[in-house]
Amino acid sequence: MTRVEFWQGNVSVAYGAIAAGCRFFGGYPITPSSEIAEVMAEELPVYNGRFIQMEDEIAGIAATIGGAVAGYKSMTATSGPGFSLKQENLGLAYMAEIPIVVVDVMRGGPSTGLPTSIAQQDVMQARWGTHGDHATIAYAPSSVQECYEVTIKAFNMAERFRQPVLIMSDEVLGHMREKVIVPDNETLTIVDRKRPSCSPEEFIPYRPDPEDNLPPMASFGDGYRWHITGLTHNEWGFPTNCPEEIAKKTARLMDKVNAYRDEIVEYETENVEDADVIVVAYGSVARTALSAVRQARDKGLKVGYFRPVTLWPFPDRELESLAEKAGRLIVPELNFGQMVHEIERAVHGKAAMVQMSLVNGELFQPSEILEKIEEVAR
Amino acid sequence: MPRPEVLDWLRKRFFPHMWCPGCGHGIIMHAILRALVDSGKKREETVIASGIGCSSRMPGYIDSCTIHTTHGRSLAFATGIKLANPELTIVDVMGDGDCTAIGGNHFIHACRRNIGITAVVMNNNIYGMTGGQASPTTPLGARATTAPYGAIDPPFDVCKLAQGAGATYVARATIAQPVLCEQYIKNGIANKGFSVVEIISSCHTQFGRKNNRRTPVDNLNYFKNNSVPLAKAQSMSPVDLEGKIVTGEFVKREAPEYTELYRSLVERVGGGK
Repeated sequence: MTRVEFWQGNVSVAYGAIAAGCRFFGGYPITPSSEIAEVMAEELPVYNGRFIQMEDEIAGIAATIGGAVAGYKSMTATSGPGFSLKQENLGLAYMAEIPIVVVDVMRGGPSTGLPTSIAQQDVMQARWGTHGDHATIAYAPSSVQECYEVTIKAFNMAERFRQPVLIMSDEVLGHMREKVIVPDNETLTIVDRKRPSCSPEEFIPYRPDPEDNLPPMASFGDGYRWHITGLTHNEWGFPTNCPEEIAKKTARLMDKVNAYRDEIVEYETENVEDADVIVVAYGSVARTALSAVRQARDKGLKVGYFRPVTLWPFPDRELESLAEKAGRLIVPELNFGQMVHEIERAVHGKAAMVQMSLVNGELFQPSEILEKIEEVAR
Repeated sequence: MPRPEVLDWLRKRFFPHMWCPGCGHGIIMHAILRALVDSGKKREETVIASGIGCSSRMPGYIDSCTIHTTHGRSLAFATGIKLANPELTIVDVMGDGDCTAIGGNHFIHACRRNIGITAVVMNNNIYGMTGGQASPTTPLGARATTAPYGAIDPPFDVCKLAQGAGATYVARATIAQPVLCEQYIKNGIANKGFSVVEIISSCHTQFGRKNNRRTPVDNLNYFKNNSVPLAKAQSMSPVDLEGKIVTGEFVKREAPEYTELYRSLVERVGGGK
């Protein structure tokens, strides 16, 4: 049965995870994400799930990967400094193709920065934070309702593609309370990882199935014996120095997201059809942007709104055609310019870019964005 | 020659192994496998975990569920695996740098939780794979590529560290005592909680070349001549014990195991109904 809740974004992420089938959480306290761990600590034992508070951020993601290896849908949550600490083991999960969900409730940085204030300074770290080539799937929700929904999607993507999926929340969203319409579990689409159908003797842990180019995954303890390593490996999971095998493995890490890009990419638009100016924004900032866009429309300005829901992969082709028509983009971000570079890449110079940066621990006011719209639209 | 049932546990196609001829780690791998076989373990229900380093390449050679993780972090991964599936037998093989330097935090917390994992610490007093740098167990005055004038950092005693942090089984042997190694690992596996078996191993290539133990035989003789069983050590003065390797079982005690505590927590809150 559908029910209505009044939740913080962090609480919504936690219940979204449980609805998605998450039954393992390894974490470490950090503001402003701790409520996620707190809800999981309270709820998971009730579901016969596993919660463990580890000794540090690094151990939090390590245990989470361990839980996934033993067959659980697993999650960890953190914020800026913790996201930095998790990067090495995040890389192991990409390399070893272990499905996990990592939530980063963004706060100001660098370093300890602003533990209780919003920022959007981790979005490039989400893409490039761990060393080495890999494809990224990262969601940026902009409402407490959407926190619930993208967390379920994040698990579905992680399980389907056998890789980490990131949720880039932010401090305002994490701590803001809003109405959430919680759908009946029966109505949800839930994806579980593909398991091997062959015998243990025939199991080749990193050989993709020909029909979807994705390898099934066994769990430790379910009768299959296999090797997991962060070293570059062949289809059997063993380290390799063979150039052909290295190229094949790394290309597949990219291809498994690139090939399904259209099924992963998500975005939202409003009033873009006849727009001369489009405001592109994500996360909490998108709410301010939308409010400004509507006020501008009320004033008769032809302004549109474009919100990437997946920051990675970025909805580049979709934005490009709209941007070409409009000719002008405004990109407000709570950083000195991160996604704006990806947006520039996406539009190939077909639209003029107006960057707005705010780095003071606060959100934009709708009036500030409206002012910029009026200036640009003039 | 290893017994046939022990050979069954090896991924034979990867031999010869990558360790230097005469390395102590092979003796330890053989002891681990004998202990697992004699404990009646099945390969499908056994996890061998490791971090990074020479010792940490061991899981690649063992035909069970194996996971070669990041430097120092193997116990944190193993903790997740054990909590998820307490039925699994987990042996975490670690080097001295892996265990006491970069992974020191995970080591003491695994001891504290008393989670049912057996850590086999292969202590050869050096970072071997990276070329012979000093580790937290390099003895005072010993030379290493990053301690060219002799180490001035006081070393850790792995067993005392484990005991202080709460491990419920702690023992030490040297590679010159392969039967004792096997026995202690077996006892560690039989212990329900967190077990630490420190095995003093040799790295003649990196440690020996700078410290007058250039050959494998030099090292074995050194261990034989300088090992003291715990019972004898208890009657010796601190001066006489200087530079000696005390072998034996230091801790054998009962305490609630972590995943059992977790299971009773789940039962208490009515989980899994």
